[in-house]
Amino acid sequence: MKGAGRFRHLSASWRLWAETFQALSRSPGAVIGGLLFVAIIAVSLGFPLLYPRDPLAQELLSRLIPPFWQEGGSLAYPLGTDNLGRDVLVRILYGSRVSLLVGFSAVLVASVAGIALGLISGYYGGRVDHFIMRLADVFMAYPFMLLTISVIAVLGNSIFNLILVLGLSDWVTYARTIRGSVLSIKKKEFVMAARSVGTPHRVILLRHVFPNVLSPILVLGTVRVANIIIWESGLSFLGMGVPPPMPTWGRMLAEGRVYIADAWWLVTLPGLAIMLTILSINLLGDGLRDALDPRLRNIPG
Amino acid sequence: MGRYILKRLWHTVYVAVGISIISFFFIHLSGDPVMLMLPPDASHAEVEALREQLGFNDPLPVQYWRFASHAVRGDLGTSLYHRVPAIDLIFERLPASLELAGAAMLIALVVSIPLGIVSAVKRGSFWDVSSMLGALFGLSMPHFWLGIMMILLFSVHLGWLPTSGRGTLAHLIMPSLALGLSLMAMFARLTRSVMLEVLSQDYVRTARAKGLREQWVIGKHALKNALIPLVTVAGMQFGFLIGGTVIIETVFAWPGVGRLVVQAIFSRDYPLVQAAVLVLAVLFVLINLITDLVYLYLDPQISYLEAK
Repeated sequence: MKGAGRFRHLSASWRLWAETFQALSRSPGAVIGGLLFVAIIAVSLGFPLLYPRDPLAQELLSRLIPPFWQEGGSLAYPLGTDNLGRDVLVRILYGSRVSLLVGFSAVLVASVAGIALGLISGYYGGRVDHFIMRLADVFMAYPFMLLTISVIAVLGNSIFNLILVLGLSDWVTYARTIRGSVLSIKKKEFVMAARSVGTPHRVILLRHVFPNVLSPILVLGTVRVANIIIWESGLSFLGMGVPPPMPTWGRMLAEGRVYIADAWWLVTLPGLAIMLTILSINLLGDGLRDALDPRLRNIPG
Repeated sequence: MGRYILKRLWHTVYVAVGISIISFFFIHLSGDPVMLMLPPDASHAEVEALREQLGFNDPLPVQYWRFASHAVRGDLGTSLYHRVPAIDLIFERLPASLELAGAAMLIALVVSIPLGIVSAVKRGSFWDVSSMLGALFGLSMPHFWLGIMMILLFSVHLGWLPTSGRGTLAHLIMPSLALGLSLMAMFARLTRSVMLEVLSQDYVRTARAKGLREQWVIGKHALKNALIPLVTVAGMQFGFLIGGTVIIETVFAWPGVGRLVVQAIFSRDYPLVQAAVLVLAVLFVLINLITDLVYLYLDPQISYLEAK
């Protein structure tokens, strides 16, 4: 690649990542998003050290206490309490773990399934390709929200089922993206060369094709984490998310809705937490897309 | 052109068949569907009676064939809870969902397209930066939370708008705005990026070089080409929207199909759920078909490329 001076000592694929990172660090949006996201992950993992509270402990004498800056609030409950006197801040912090866990795991499930089907579809072509793509059409047409809520209703709402259902109903976009990239790559000389010396298909797919179609998947995966987190909170809001008593952002909103006239913080703060998380991921995703985009257009031939 | 339409119709048929198979097997997902439909304390005789009545003792392919042949004739089974044909219940609620989805789509398109065009034309301006920042926030908010925030502001504090139900225009404002905002954000970003791409094309430069007025260049030459990807995405999103109003219908007690399905799920009324999923999916496919035909009108080239 031209102008790669600084990273000349690195191998081609490392150079790509180093350059991507460098491009990311030049975009203010990506930097803000990235820092915010790292902060959210760090807080989500490390908060029990700084704020060791029980998210389920009920203090019935301290019900519906507002956040500390409002009259009647106190620093004992920085973001107030809910209708059962539970600490809102610690519940939001626990909620972040559910959202991030479900978001990332579901995207992992979806991308593994989508990448595998997309690689097979694009590389082998023919009847296999036809079948997989028709299956993708059917999945696309399915009302996603209804599919997930009805399957969860039948299977039961464990965190495992949630990840599985959200992941498996989201494979199509990955498969289509990968398939498109594979179709253009499999005609390149380096794939032909590998073929001509008798390299098995499986090795060509994993060693030569897969690394070259990874960047669009990375951008897609980032966007999908944000989507899945929104869906998870929606399912949770409907009462079909991770089962109680685990606090989740969606359930906090659903429970707080009853007290909307008396306790604005119960319906506002968990939503702000969702928004902040999604915003950081979206900023990062936009930056990543811009950083990888010029390369997508001229994949080395 | 004829071949292309034929191909699209065939697509519609196989997707509908595929969906009917998934909808059918959905009910068998948990093992014994009868156990799901009856209360846990049902007697053995009751279980057997329902199993016989619903035909669950027959082999699966026979059952599917019966389901499919009834479905083709518009019989999607009977709701266990309401004791009326499922399709009647669905069609009774469908207009409410379509009204909500249609209003959300309309708001989104009317606001986002001009916003996106201005942002692209005045790239880098204050207007561009602030509307794209707004779009980023719009994309980052779950729509049901936005709905709750609107209730908090406009109903609880200001007392301007009703919190729930359907009927007047005032009832429609908050749910459709909440549902439309993320679409608005998505379309504004899309319009902007497509317009930027189109504006750098040779034919736009030629039109400008000919000395055409800038409004004419943008309105006639650039916009018509920029509309093609927009139509595709808008059509697809409208399809998603019809099945995606579930949560907002719950927030605003909107009497649409989404709420019907959620209630059906909680009352274990699986034939109704199955029927609703099938109807919405077929609707999605039909909307896509219409989108494709609009697309064909906007870009005649496509029929040659795709039919090959």
